[in-house]
Amino acid sequence: MLNIGVLNQGIVIDHIKAGGAMKIYDYLDLENKDCSVAIIKNAKSNKMGKKDIIKIEGTFEDLDLDILGALDHQITIDVIDNGQIIEKKNPKLPGHVNNVLKCKNPRCITSVEQGLTHAFKLTDRVNGIYRCIYCEQAFDRK
Amino acid sequence: MKHIISPTDLTVSELNDLLNLSEEIIQNPKKFADVCKGKKLATLFYEPSTRTRLSFEAAMLNLGGNILGFSSADSSSASKGESVADTIRVITSYADICAIRHPKEGAPLVASHYSSIPVINAGDGGHNHPTQTFTDLLTIKNLKGRLNNLTVGFCGDLKFGRTVHSLINALARCENINLVLVSPEELRIPTYLREEVLEPNHIPYEETRKLETVLPKLDILYMTRVQRERFFNEEDYIRLKDTYILDEKKMAVAKKDMLVLHPLPRVNEIATEVDDDPRAVYFKQAEFGVYVRMALIMMLLEVK
Repeated sequence: MLNIGVLNQGIVIDHIKAGGAMKIYDYLDLENKDCSVAIIKNAKSNKMGKKDIIKIEGTFEDLDLDILGALDHQITIDVIDNGQIIEKKNPKLPGHVNNVLKCKNPRCITSVEQGLTHAFKLTDRVNGIYRCIYCEQAFDRK
Repeated sequence: MKHIISPTDLTVSELNDLLNLSEEIIQNPKKFADVCKGKKLATLFYEPSTRTRLSFEAAMLNLGGNILGFSSADSSSASKGESVADTIRVITSYADICAIRHPKEGAPLVASHYSSIPVINAGDGGHNHPTQTFTDLLTIKNLKGRLNNLTVGFCGDLKFGRTVHSLINALARCENINLVLVSPEELRIPTYLREEVLEPNHIPYEETRKLETVLPKLDILYMTRVQRERFFNEEDYIRLKDTYILDEKKMAVAKKDMLVLHPLPRVNEIATEVDDDPRAVYFKQAEFGVYVRMALIMMLLEVK
């Protein structure tokens, strides 16, 4: 695997579905944060075949990392301090998420009415399936 | 205050109350002729409908109430770009209850979030149509005498047919229901219905393309129209629209007490020769739609 170097302090978001790193990057608004970020795409994974990884340097006490589970239910998060993993997190899937996921169903009312909250509810915890509360279509992570 | 957006917004107990009240109305409609005197129903229909809108209006008139509304988006401020949220906020000061039909899925839920009067979903795209489901349940209960121990066949467009999805959801709460799902491959029921409704509720079901082979075991046959308006591709519609046609020959192999339901409008899927068969109850079903809507309006307005 490509070696990016060791984080002294920060988080590693691992097991991101291959190709999904930029969505996480955008959601966390990393472009506008003053920290070093490494994005590794298509890393080899025994479990997933290939995966993406994001390494972020800094402290992130204000980040709602559970929301990341709604974006990709397989991801894991390692919290790094003094170069060591001090905590491994599996994001809990929130029961409801607002304005994180966007409904892609062209028949949904959210496709035509401005200003509506894009609201999703968790309907299948095992498979991490979220459904739009308006049209009930499952969120398509592709 | 309660809104009815999905058929499961009524608990099983409330649903029983609704069906019992509907049957009481069927027995003695005059008793209820003035119970909604002074009340107004707004019918907000953003897409065309005959039965649903007129049956809502007939229901309110039968209860002694009044009606107002529009019957297409073109004749409302929607044509000027007004949102559902804004429209409902205005309508709530004109009426005591409203029924909304909209081509976009979830529009009635949006309306309910901004409404201070009960909102009834009168059909939202290919999504839900709860009062049709209540109508279907009343028809089965009244004519079959029960809502359990039934083998129910659904035939036609099971993918986009909202009445099918809603009725399957409702039947999943009844005891000992077997489902037979008859459709072309392209119009099978959505995966989520199998995985999140049928399988978790342990509802036995089979899927087939052949109506003739399963007809003899059905207690109820629910026929549906392949709906042109649900297709983005006209070619697919033309290819699939006449896949199933119920005729006298097919009816000959069905049980003598099987009931044929259809949410109407019917196009080619039931030959007109079947209309005279006593098992064809789809016009009776449309009549029941008025009674069940009367009961629902009473229930939501909390009048007796």
